[in-house]
Amino acid sequence: MNLYHYASPSTFYPLAGKLIPWFAALAFLLAIAGLYISFFVAPTDFQQGEGYRIIFIHVPAAWMSMFIYVVMAFWSAIGLAWNTRLSFVMARALAPTGAMFTFVALWTGAFWGKPMWGAWWVWDARLTSELILLFLYVGVMALQAAIDDPRRADRAGALLNLVGVINVPIIYFSVKWWNTLHQGSSVSLTRAPSMAQTMLWGMLIMALAAWMYTIAVALARARTLVLERERQTEWVRAQLEGQP
Amino acid sequence: MIWNSWQVFWAMGGYGLYVWGSFGVTLLCVVAEVGLLRRHRLQVWRRLKRMKSWDIQ
Repeated sequence: MNLYHYASPSTFYPLAGKLIPWFAALAFLLAIAGLYISFFVAPTDFQQGEGYRIIFIHVPAAWMSMFIYVVMAFWSAIGLAWNTRLSFVMARALAPTGAMFTFVALWTGAFWGKPMWGAWWVWDARLTSELILLFLYVGVMALQAAIDDPRRADRAGALLNLVGVINVPIIYFSVKWWNTLHQGSSVSLTRAPSMAQTMLWGMLIMALAAWMYTIAVALARARTLVLERERQTEWVRAQLEGQP
Repeated sequence: MIWNSWQVFWAMGGYGLYVWGSFGVTLLCVVAEVGLLRRHRLQVWRRLKRMKSWDIQ
């Protein structure tokens, strides 16, 4: 398989167009299954009653917020190292979705914190570092929007992404490194999860749905970016004869 | 089924505001993102078509 073949915008554009409906359909079906488990299968929590059901959005959204940033930094690094156009496009396409999931993680966290802790917000290490993540996403989007030359904007944004990625392990380990009101992780790679099986499955399926959604939306955004950037080429001119 | 009625379901054991406030806003965000993405694509499409027609003249 020749990766350079797929890195060419003219190959990427139709391929992504074919893949998007599949990822979107998968996202939809997984979200339905995940929501069904969240509300109709997962039992009531013995401590938090029904209030804990926010977990089914909060945790997958928080995972996505961090993971998307890492993926974005990865594409930024590839772009800076090999100057591949499509890598910068992918990094750009991921930022708004990452910002959306970060906002959702913060919002659902506030709506969970209020009934359980008695506060919408506390300046605790976990919450603060996640808020910084939101600023990093918004910051890179604003920076790139402010620079007219797309190539310079790509490079400046990529550099910011590479510096900002240091925040991700800080978020992840914040509950260990500092005394936080936020609880430690209930799911980890090194030990058995400390929650009921059905709760865990609900969360994993919701996370998978978020993944599929992210891929679909990022590919769609990348396609529009490619169209704009390659507008001088013959293949884009031919595309424009068809339907959007 | 763990819910006896829809009323009990929507009440979420007294946590209705928080649970539905979380799920509702998330749904809103997703719908908004997809909507904005579609709108932006159509705008770009129309602009590029216009630019192309200028070239021909």
